[in-house]
Amino acid sequence: MGGSYLLRSVSAVLTPDLVVDALQLAGTAEPAGLLPARQQMALSLGWHIVLACFGVAFPAMIFVMHLRGIRREDPVALGLARRWAKVSAVLFAIGAVSGTVLSFEMGLLWPGLMGTYGDVLGLPFAFEGLAFFLEAIFLGIYLYGWGRMPAKRHVLMVLPMAITGIVGAYCVVAVNAWMNVPTGFRLVGGEVTDVQPWAVLFNQHAFLQFAHMWVGAYMVAGFSVAGVYAAGMLRGRRDAHHRLGFMVPFVFASIAAVTQPFVGHVLGFGLDERQPAKLAAFELAETTESPSPLRLGGVVVDGEVVGAIDIPVLGSLIAMNSLDDPVPGLDTIPEEDRPPVNITHLAFQTMVGVGTLLAAGVTWFWVQRWRGRDLLTKRWFLRAAAAAGPLAVIALEAGWVATEVGRQPWVVYGVMRTPDAVGDYTSALWWLLGISALIYAGMTAAAVIVLRSMARRWRSGETDLPSPYAPETVDSSS
Amino acid sequence: MSLEVAVAAAMFAGVIAYAVLGGADFGSGFFDLTAGSSRRGAELRTLVDHSIGPVWEANHVWLIYVLVIWWTGFPESFAATMSTLVVPLLLALLGIVLRGASFAFRKYSATLRQARLFGVIFAVSSVITPFFLGTVAGAIASGRVPMEEDGDRWSSWLNPTSLFGGAIAVGTCAFLAGVFLAADAHRSRRSRLAEDLRARSLGVGLVTGALVFAALVPISMDAPVLADGLAGRAAPLVVMAGLAGVATLVLVWRRRYSMARWPAVVAVASVVSGWGVAQYPWLLVDHVTIRAAAGASATLQGLLVAVGLAVVLVLPPLIYLLRLTQTEEWTRH
Repeated sequence: MGGSYLLRSVSAVLTPDLVVDALQLAGTAEPAGLLPARQQMALSLGWHIVLACFGVAFPAMIFVMHLRGIRREDPVALGLARRWAKVSAVLFAIGAVSGTVLSFEMGLLWPGLMGTYGDVLGLPFAFEGLAFFLEAIFLGIYLYGWGRMPAKRHVLMVLPMAITGIVGAYCVVAVNAWMNVPTGFRLVGGEVTDVQPWAVLFNQHAFLQFAHMWVGAYMVAGFSVAGVYAAGMLRGRRDAHHRLGFMVPFVFASIAAVTQPFVGHVLGFGLDERQPAKLAAFELAETTESPSPLRLGGVVVDGEVVGAIDIPVLGSLIAMNSLDDPVPGLDTIPEEDRPPVNITHLAFQTMVGVGTLLAAGVTWFWVQRWRGRDLLTKRWFLRAAAAAGPLAVIALEAGWVATEVGRQPWVVYGVMRTPDAVGDYTSALWWLLGISALIYAGMTAAAVIVLRSMARRWRSGETDLPSPYAPETVDSSS
Repeated sequence: MSLEVAVAAAMFAGVIAYAVLGGADFGSGFFDLTAGSSRRGAELRTLVDHSIGPVWEANHVWLIYVLVIWWTGFPESFAATMSTLVVPLLLALLGIVLRGASFAFRKYSATLRQARLFGVIFAVSSVITPFFLGTVAGAIASGRVPMEEDGDRWSSWLNPTSLFGGAIAVGTCAFLAGVFLAADAHRSRRSRLAEDLRARSLGVGLVTGALVFAALVPISMDAPVLADGLAGRAAPLVVMAGLAGVATLVLVWRRRYSMARWPAVVAVASVVSGWGVAQYPWLLVDHVTIRAAAGASATLQGLLVAVGLAVVLVLPPLIYLLRLTQTEEWTRH
């Protein structure tokens, strides 16, 4: 009896109506499909962006490795290039399909945005499509060209991929930059007129935002690939193969990691004028303080900052380049225009924190090396290097969460609110999110299993990785 | 030709390219699915792996090309279509994702068990994807995608024209794939496999041809605008599709596989362009014309620049890749 009473009261607490009430309190009268649509976009973009980084940065690393193999007739380098090409075949395939998901979702989830602004923001996507086309073509030629083409011509087939990765990334980021700083059109009586698509493609904010993303891509891909070989060295595999496999991507990642803080800092210039609400959220500035402190950690609860460590003046110095200019506080922003402040702040500081850590780590490595000490012999360094890949991914995701959540409640800043962009869906859209989460989890698991099995077979001395349907496999297993 | 029509034509050229090139890739999933047990199907599945491996990603980009031109050039009609046809589009998207991912996973599977699992996912999703894309074409052609409010989310694509559209898409993909795979098998001197593919391609070709012409009856009742166009302006294309289809069957019958690839491409391209020409000048039949759906003209000009660049930059390497894959050197496994 007592048990069933308990059950009833628990279910009373968890009754769906209450949950719905809580959700509606959180966001006043939002369309039912808005939150699931945003989560759906976050899931599919957050998953794709990791692979996009490999698409942008991996070809350049493969090119350097392959070229070294040919120039120096170095079988170790050639072997690495060949393996990386096979790994990229798997990564690029799931990158291509997860990118397609985004193309569909732009229309399926955000018809309000695409119907109204499709012809404003579309041209960069057309050039991105062009770049993707070339990338896919040269990927096919390069992957299947091993042993079927003159070596010198074959290695050149990677170069277009390295270039198109850059162009494609620029174009996509240009659209995002436009969402932050809309330009290239006029609104007359609610109608979009005077559309200038080239002004969108080359909008003034695009280049810096692209640079930030581009350098970030090299950090993600470089640290991830280097980390694989660091982990191998930790297990005692300290041969030339592992040292070279570590070093080439680590050089790329190192240059990117020390450049990134500067790029990020420059990107932040003028944010107080472009998107004051985003800056206030980044800095957790509830009120305007002069000079503003740098607020490490902390959250806002009921309008009060809790649990933050304040470093005086540093906030003004970093965000405003001044000793006394204040960071404009959230209290200067109308309530309906404020982003979710805690997520934005913590995500931003995660990105900056991890980025700083990685920049310091690589600097330490190269300084020590210059002084004649090889940190690759130290287990603690190898552990840190193996962790750097996942850390770079965390920084990447945190950075996107910070900029995207920080732009809310706008999809196009100051012009279109996110609720006006979303399609006419019921809360049934949560089902789509659930199914998508399962599919992405399945794809992640499958990719990990397949890539690990490739590594295992390479270690055991196989080179070609024959089709699993080759007669001998079929005969021995069936 | 007006600016809008030029952009629409460039977009539709992408639809045709996707139907032919992407279609052949999807169609190979049909033969993979029906190849039999692991032992019996090993040779065919290895051939499929090898035939579409270098090209499927490039061929897939035609779809992105179409989507991007559509939302950039004709944004409101794109949003309307996406809203009304959300169900078949999501199912097609699911198929696209599973097809590409499981194809790559299968190629590098360590064990036969893994390969079998990924292989089944690859093959099934290769068959369902063209079906759902075909229903989308049918929905547009039969006037079921309105502009102002959302159309019915179910009957818009569960109707005679859409269902026939889906079935024809699956059939044409399989037909193309059969001819191309037979040519690949023949070139790599696997005559038993080529014989097997020959018989099945002939079967698929006969069924698909019958399906295309049988569909004209329900279409005439269900989609009058399309039917009028097919009987009028697009009639030469319908005839061309029939002639090229018969020519393909004859050439396959006579084991001239390499030559049969050309009329096969012409047949499928004629069927698809027949649809486009028949519904001209509508973009969404009965609801919006190409001219009325067009976005800002500065953007349309920009799109034509992008298309022009694509012709100069993309076509030469694409042709190079497609030629490489059809050489002896690349056919060796």
